[in-house]
Amino acid sequence: MKRVGVFVCWCGSNIGGVVDVARLAAEAGKFPYVVHSVDYKYTCSEPGQKMIVDAIKEHRLDRVVIAACSPRLHEQTFRKTIARAGLNPYLLEIANIREHCSWVHSKEPEKATEKAIDLVRRAVAKVVNLEPLSESSIPITKRALVIGGGIAGIQTALDIADAGHKVVLLEKEPTIGGKMVMLDKTFPTMDCSACISTPKMVAVAEHPNIELLTCCEVVEVSGYIGNFTVKVKQKARFVDHTKCTGCGTCWEKCPKKVPSEFNLNLSLRKAIYIPFPQAVPNKPSIDAENCRYLTEQKCGVCQKVCPVGAIDYEQKDENLEIEVGAIVMATGYELFDWAKAYGEYGYGKYPDVITGLQFERMVNASGPTGGKIIRPSDGKEPKNVVFVKCVGSRDEAKGKAYCSRACCMYTAKHAHQVIEKIADAQAFVFYIDVRTPGKGYEEFYKRTTDEGAQYIRGRVSKILTSGDRLLVKGADTLMGRQVEVEADLVVLATAMIPAKTAQDTARLVGFSVDGDGFYQEAHPKLRPVETNTAGIFLAGTCQGPKDIPDTVAQASAAAVKVCVLFSRREMAADPMVAQVNQSICHGCLACQKVCPYKAIEAKTISERLGGQVIERTVAHVNSGLCQGCGSCTVACRSGAVNLKGFSDEQLLAEVDAICL
Amino acid sequence: MRYAYYPGCCDHTSAKEYDISTRAVCKALGIELMEIPDWSCCGSTPGHSTSHLLGIALSARNLALVEEMGLDCTASCAACYQRLAMANVEMKNDTQLCEKINHITGKPYRGGVKVKSILEVIAEMNQSQILAKVVKSLKNLKIAVYYGCLMVRPRDIQIDDPENPTIMDNLLQNLGAQTLEWNYKTECCGAALAMSNEDIVLKLANKILADAKSAGANCIVTACPLCHFNLDMRQKKVNKAYETDYNLPVFYFTQLVGLALGIKPEALCLRDHFIDTKHILKLIV
Repeated sequence: MKRVGVFVCWCGSNIGGVVDVARLAAEAGKFPYVVHSVDYKYTCSEPGQKMIVDAIKEHRLDRVVIAACSPRLHEQTFRKTIARAGLNPYLLEIANIREHCSWVHSKEPEKATEKAIDLVRRAVAKVVNLEPLSESSIPITKRALVIGGGIAGIQTALDIADAGHKVVLLEKEPTIGGKMVMLDKTFPTMDCSACISTPKMVAVAEHPNIELLTCCEVVEVSGYIGNFTVKVKQKARFVDHTKCTGCGTCWEKCPKKVPSEFNLNLSLRKAIYIPFPQAVPNKPSIDAENCRYLTEQKCGVCQKVCPVGAIDYEQKDENLEIEVGAIVMATGYELFDWAKAYGEYGYGKYPDVITGLQFERMVNASGPTGGKIIRPSDGKEPKNVVFVKCVGSRDEAKGKAYCSRACCMYTAKHAHQVIEKIADAQAFVFYIDVRTPGKGYEEFYKRTTDEGAQYIRGRVSKILTSGDRLLVKGADTLMGRQVEVEADLVVLATAMIPAKTAQDTARLVGFSVDGDGFYQEAHPKLRPVETNTAGIFLAGTCQGPKDIPDTVAQASAAAVKVCVLFSRREMAADPMVAQVNQSICHGCLACQKVCPYKAIEAKTISERLGGQVIERTVAHVNSGLCQGCGSCTVACRSGAVNLKGFSDEQLLAEVDAICL
Repeated sequence: MRYAYYPGCCDHTSAKEYDISTRAVCKALGIELMEIPDWSCCGSTPGHSTSHLLGIALSARNLALVEEMGLDCTASCAACYQRLAMANVEMKNDTQLCEKINHITGKPYRGGVKVKSILEVIAEMNQSQILAKVVKSLKNLKIAVYYGCLMVRPRDIQIDDPENPTIMDNLLQNLGAQTLEWNYKTECCGAALAMSNEDIVLKLANKILADAKSAGANCIVTACPLCHFNLDMRQKKVNKAYETDYNLPVFYFTQLVGLALGIKPEALCLRDHFIDTKHILKLIV
């Protein structure tokens, strides 16, 4: 005879304020198999859990029903609780009477209570049909893959490597460094950005535990937590890096000049190049689209001048395969392409309207102008510089609804730099709100305004030309007046958006993105660096707009998550997975087609039939890959697949309890 | 090609140059315009700014008349076009509103009409067909093409990019004219504020004229009677108020198309503007 205990939680007033918990506990006591039923104010608290443990022992309970909040919140908590009392942790059922009753029916306490009673009846009916489940274990490959070599990827890789584990850092560009190394100074301390990031880049290159793969992209990811197999394509660089010494003769002599991506088209680079002097690896690549030898079979100068014979025009893309136990996504961000959306700011046709990142390159001592702020149109020093914030941010009509978080601060930094570098310069900042939540941030903003930057609250409606200057028309919504500012240079703070290929990468790796294309974390508060796919972690702006401190903090957090995983030799696998009854499976493999996790494979079994041994195909569930979604159980025509913990009998018992 | 033609009140009075030149150009291009019998006022700005229902109902009656003709509709006046097109969109998107309006007008409109600006109608024609009929070149004209606000707003009925429309530029460029990059393509001319607060119109017109001039224009082209009115008739007043000396003829685009097609200036009412057009007409060869 099964002995069920029911524990009804008040959740403070969350449930107790609506549902008649005392009545619910009393009614539950009358259900079959229930031998103990109580209500309690905070069941998840330490005394609450002790009460459950004590009750299990005192009343010899072998099944437990908790009527409380969503199982998403505390199912694990209560599983551990009953395990402490010696019960199998899977002999637990939760009736969600908070989200499903008190919260949605708060105006109708009577009906909410009736519904709660039904839900508990359902839970009791199921719990008596549950069977003990046991966790299996999966081996773990103690090597991590970090996708993206910006500051987030670098920090994660270094932290994991310092903890003694092997890391593969994969970057699609010829160098690591990402966006941070393009910046001039970092707010609020005004440290030199490259002075912070380039030593870390070198540390990556020299770390014995880090394997650095540049010019690489992920092609395919298979496997599951602890056991991923990743196929990577390494694009041809046409330079043999084992021979190259990075002497620089090749790019000095290369005759072909093209706009530099690193300097955002503000300067030129050669067709064989390193993106910037401190690049890691500090060896060149040939840009196949622009190389005259590779496109027209002419030139070949670099090969002639290379003293070590490192140039190899025949080099082909290579395919690599790596085994890893965890993957950290650090694919970063791009800037919103304002020129396609903002006709009122000139669609990118005025050369003196630039983006914040272009300004960073310009004000950078190693940038295209050697740190001098100039007008791109005529090279003159600007006197009036207008900054426009929220270009593409907080603009549902033309851009993105969200706030891009870093722009208020970097615009304050830029305004400060204009005032600092150009005598008698004026900086005007058009803003919607100024948001400076961060240590030392508000003080930094105040310093900028104290220095004389003029903040004007209102959007810019239009940028016009006025002779060789620009005329910025906008509103001052504090004065309730239209304003026009003559500007020599306009700097737009454009929104952060996910990297162009981020969505494809997410699909390859096997997790989801949010409505804006950023990577979806498992829970914004409780699991901010994890995804809903076990073993995949997030770092930096691929998850949402962030500044450098937040990015680095999250990157280290992701590294810790990886180290936690690697701290065990084997890991427990959730036992609530599908299982195939091979005796009735007839091998149609309809389940394989619907499985989103590629967890079902065909298996040949041999069995005796009428004195003969025959071979036939059946479905087999890889319990490491199975996430327990249950799609296969629905697709199975012969009813051979069952989800453990959600078998047909258990679900039918629930339906009967509610409907009959 | 045959269209139901809605001239609107302006075209019969202050902007008859637009009406006459539109009819002349369409005839030359083989576009048949059938004036809507018994058409009534579109309500203009006073109509829809007084009452949403009134604004729609006035246009709905005209649309119902067009529906009876079994044709698509075109209007030359930008404001008339905008009112008809807006009423059309709103009634098509909202069946309840449509029923209500039909009850008001007593002339049911079922939503079967397409509304196009005359600019769209001509610009959408096969340009080689137009070029085949061109006898004069506009190559000496440096035109500031002025769209005003009604052709490109609001979004539901805009006929081109609201920030940088090019439909009229392309048409005139195909006829050989030089059209200029300038700032005030779509800025407001002050429109009907001329009646209640002329100072505002003078200020705005001054900005438009100044930018056209500094861009190197020798004339301005519009597709809206009100824009034309404010820039042409008030140009001398602007000169007086702001001590400027603009002498920029303001044409309807149909007048320039007509000239290119070899229609006599008199037949396009080119002598009827406040700013003398003679010096520009001499440039057309």
